[in-house]
Amino acid sequence: MNAAGTLRAEAAKRILIKDGAYGTLIQQHRLKSEDYCGGLDLVKDQRGNNDLLNLTKPEIVRSICESFADAGAEILATNTFNANAISQSDYGAESFVRDINLAAARITREIADRDGRKRWVAGALGPTNKTLSLSPNVNDPAFREVDFDAVKAVYRDQVDALVEGGVDFILIETIFDTLNAKAAIMAALEAAQALGRALPLMISMTLTDLSGRNLSGHTVEAFWASVRHARPITIGLNCSFGAAQLRPHLSALAATADTLVMAYPNAGLPNELGEYDEAAGETAAQVREWAESGLVNIVGGCCGTTPSHIAAIAGAVRDCTPRTVPAVRSGTLLAGLEPMVIAA
Amino acid sequence: MGTVPEGAVPEQTGAGARFVNIGERCNVTGSARFKKLILAGDYDAAVEVARDQVENGAQIVDVNMDEALLDSEQAMTIFLKRISAEPDIARVPVMIDSSKWSVIEAGLKCVSGKPIVNSISMKEGEGPFLELARKCRAYGAAVVVMAFDEVGQADTVERKVSICERAYRLLTADGTDASDIVFDPNIFAIATGIDEHRRYAIDFIEAAREIRHRCPGTHISGGLSNLSFSFRGNEPVRRAMHSVFLYHAIPAGMDMGIVNAGQLDVYDQIDPELREACEDVIFDRRDDATERLVTLAEKYKDVDPAAEKAAAEWRSLPVAERLSYALVKGIDAHIIDDTEEARQQAARPIEVIEGPLMDGMNVVGDLFGSGKMFLPQVVKSARVMKRAVAYLFPFIEKEKEEKGVTQGKGRIVMATVKGDVHDIGKNIVGVVLQCNGFEVIDLGVMVPWQDILQCANDNNADMIGLSGLITPSLDEMVTVAGEMQRLGLTTPLLIGGATTSKAHTALRIDPAYEGPVIHVLDASRAVGVASSLVSDTQRKPLIATTADDYDKLRKSRERSGPKDLITLEEARANAFPYDPSGKAPPPAYPGLHHFGEWPLKDLKASIDWTPFFRAWELAGTYPSILEDPVVGESATSLFNDAQQMLDQLIAERWVTPKATVGMWRCKREGDDILVLAGNDWTRVPMLRQQVRKRQGRPNMCLADFISAEGEDWIGGFAVGIHGLEPHLERFKQTVNDYDDILLKALADRLAESFAEVLHGQVRNRLWGYADEHLSNEQVIREKYHGIRPAPGYPACPDHSLKPVLFKMLGGNPGEVVLTENFAMLPTSAVSGFYFGHRDSQYFGVAKIGRDQLEEYAGRRGVPVQQAERWLRPNLE
Repeated sequence: MNAAGTLRAEAAKRILIKDGAYGTLIQQHRLKSEDYCGGLDLVKDQRGNNDLLNLTKPEIVRSICESFADAGAEILATNTFNANAISQSDYGAESFVRDINLAAARITREIADRDGRKRWVAGALGPTNKTLSLSPNVNDPAFREVDFDAVKAVYRDQVDALVEGGVDFILIETIFDTLNAKAAIMAALEAAQALGRALPLMISMTLTDLSGRNLSGHTVEAFWASVRHARPITIGLNCSFGAAQLRPHLSALAATADTLVMAYPNAGLPNELGEYDEAAGETAAQVREWAESGLVNIVGGCCGTTPSHIAAIAGAVRDCTPRTVPAVRSGTLLAGLEPMVIAA
Repeated sequence: MGTVPEGAVPEQTGAGARFVNIGERCNVTGSARFKKLILAGDYDAAVEVARDQVENGAQIVDVNMDEALLDSEQAMTIFLKRISAEPDIARVPVMIDSSKWSVIEAGLKCVSGKPIVNSISMKEGEGPFLELARKCRAYGAAVVVMAFDEVGQADTVERKVSICERAYRLLTADGTDASDIVFDPNIFAIATGIDEHRRYAIDFIEAAREIRHRCPGTHISGGLSNLSFSFRGNEPVRRAMHSVFLYHAIPAGMDMGIVNAGQLDVYDQIDPELREACEDVIFDRRDDATERLVTLAEKYKDVDPAAEKAAAEWRSLPVAERLSYALVKGIDAHIIDDTEEARQQAARPIEVIEGPLMDGMNVVGDLFGSGKMFLPQVVKSARVMKRAVAYLFPFIEKEKEEKGVTQGKGRIVMATVKGDVHDIGKNIVGVVLQCNGFEVIDLGVMVPWQDILQCANDNNADMIGLSGLITPSLDEMVTVAGEMQRLGLTTPLLIGGATTSKAHTALRIDPAYEGPVIHVLDASRAVGVASSLVSDTQRKPLIATTADDYDKLRKSRERSGPKDLITLEEARANAFPYDPSGKAPPPAYPGLHHFGEWPLKDLKASIDWTPFFRAWELAGTYPSILEDPVVGESATSLFNDAQQMLDQLIAERWVTPKATVGMWRCKREGDDILVLAGNDWTRVPMLRQQVRKRQGRPNMCLADFISAEGEDWIGGFAVGIHGLEPHLERFKQTVNDYDDILLKALADRLAESFAEVLHGQVRNRLWGYADEHLSNEQVIREKYHGIRPAPGYPACPDHSLKPVLFKMLGGNPGEVVLTENFAMLPTSAVSGFYFGHRDSQYFGVAKIGRDQLEEYAGRRGVPVQQAERWLRPNLE
């Protein structure tokens, strides 16, 4: 069975566990500029370029990945959230995109396959820091900093390297702009066509306000309508805010999407210092409530979550029944910022 | 199906839309105006074309930039990006319409939602067709497939069906979902005089039926304007043809159409002669069908210009008649110029008011009095009148200084009493009285009796009018009456407002004051009453009959008395039986939740419009009131104005809806509910019905819906619509009572809608005991479990529980505050308790006995006299 098949088979039996975030744990190492840069020929200060660590401090990336696997995570995402040419250009490190993704995929693959336990590797694609749907210039609403084809090409490079490094899935995550995600989807579809095999997608939206919309203005239902053509193996929500605030929107998504639902919240909302201080047990209790309500198939953590959060979440949902994937709804689904259903 | 959809009401219920209106106006090939705008690069105005369509009910916006003089790719790109920046347009999907793939693809790269591509076809064979279909799929778009193949466009039923079926097989085998396919089997022009064209409409309808049958899951669309192409320039006939065609094509399976949203007639309302002629050409029923329609069309050709001409003709009338016309029609465009012209012709400025303006208002008054004109129109007329008077005022003042005062028909001082903030009804009465020549001194809201009486005295008022909405205002009115008595006044006192009644006036207010006291049921009665009071002949009879009437009412009440009440003990023995199985689970998110700015547009769809019309004294249920033979026209006009203001209000965020919700642990103690809000237990005493019930009917109390054993949960909420003031001030500056009343009435509806939307959120999410998928109509009919009774309303009549509720909600929930008589500020606010039990229901406590009053005062911790004051409406 291929990776998508084994994932679906396991997900039918129980709730699966995804890992937590890299950023918080990397921060704890208090790395210096030279730690980030390693010996690479880079002019700009590389502090904060967490993706570059796949090349320059692979042991740190490996130990974080390992600690999540130890905590019970079975879906391991690569440390490649900003490993795309658009984001890396801020560091002048675009030329390392392929190497970063290749290295990250290999490290994660290695940990995933370290023992007999079944684990999957998801190659993570972040949203980039440019938006296809909004104008940064208030006087020219039709202006865009990037265009669809350029974003698609940037994603294609990342996808190709991740696939070469051995990932099972492509995870398009933290989607604040639905059109960026559509460019990523198209890049992945074209990569799959070039490969001559399926390249399963995981898609995860992030909400930017409590009314349940992302930055480009889509409700979760409109978002689902806009990406359903990718036929992803999972759809879901991540980041945004804590589990409590995500719940109503997750519930709406779970009710409508005819595929597995994966959700990984932040450890609550950041405090005044911008730190996440929600205790592992607290996050886990809220995630358990999702599980008990039948909203999720895969759960994990985003900003602020640590291996102890993941272990707590894994423990909390162990005896819960996974969400039943609803049957395909009849009718035609279209979307503006809001969904529209035309009865069959 | 009775009528074709009007295009004004998008149906996007859970079940999905039944007929989808696709707006046709953003099309450079179909709209001369849009083409001009795009060619001129005026995208700002072009964006407004899209917005108008969505506002008029377009559920999808079609965009076409196929024009030889344009860089179509670029125009498509700019326009789609522009409308994506407008949330009220971007909320609906777009249809990217071009015959060139490069233009379509440029569009697909700008659309973030899921659009429809219009169109692809097998014009160039199966290979290229599938390639484009795959690209559409990769971009995440549905497709319109034209009935077009290598041979050409399909013009017969057989060709339409066979081409579509072939395309369906190819696409579904290649991986396109059937639900993402829309067929366009080509609508062609009929009634062209060419025999080959006679069957085009029938062929489309028959093909639609067959294609829907053979290609399950797909849809049928078409561009309607082609059908009536030969009647260009004759809009009435084109609209009729479109409506009649849809009336027959929709049941056959046409479920989408590119139309001029909002420009479709209701089938039943089309002139039967025209309708029949349209059906004759559509169904090719007679050889001379085209000829007959062409002949008939002549009759309609100039309908619109003729109306315009007639409308313009009034401008050439003599000035007095122009003023009268403007008043009756409520047109204020020329009122200042006309008033000035009249002033110059008149000897004194006051003569303009006493002459042409009053003549016009008398016509309005007569029409209103005889039921031929309705309140919204009257208020519009009054707006025109007020503007004219405001213009004349300085001239009159100047003359007054020179010559001394003139006297109007009568002078009335009006006020909403202390502690109450509601004034929609009072303002309407004021306007109507002014229209009828009365001088109205409106003191506003929350006016203490001292100010009212002082003003009446200073101005030598002919009568005083008191208004109020909440029940404590009834007591305040008694106070005012008592003070009038104490001061030895004899001025007539008029009582009005939603909670006032003839009974209360007779039983409580009338005995407090020896002068005349008259309850005025609604605005339409106000003129009659006021006119009689200033008439030498009618004054005495009116006062005498009213006094007599009230006396009889008092006597009959004395006789009925409290004997139909049972004791509190008996009532408790007959309490509503609590069923543990109906108990709602603990809330998903207990505690307090504050909502600082709820999106206004979320509140629009769930507005219950029926009470809005009631506020304007238009009787009937929405939406049928719009079609009502008597008030329909007036209601429709009012509704359109309301929609327009509502849309502007939403777009420009005039107001801010704020709310607070709380859910707390509670337990029951007798008829009290003890609520653990924060760290303290708060006692919330409830009242029980004491009226003798028929066998099997319980004596209800809200506490009956709380478990007597162990822990249970209760909620509370308050919502407020904030920020009206600057807009009301603006309307005041421009002497615009109509918009003032309209905005207040809309804000009230928004508050109610917000309460309803919030209740849905609570049931489905925050408390989370329900998982509903209800239509707005079902919500209005309360087809859900759980209630939200408000203090001061029948199930919980004690207004004084509001401060108790507010305290539990953290002080000023939703930033709503209370007056000393428990009225809420802002005025458009709703508060209440949430009960989640399956069996919980609304009821009226109605009359209670002394035994309950005395016990309740104890439970509430207040002297009996105070409780008596609070509960007076339930005691008599």
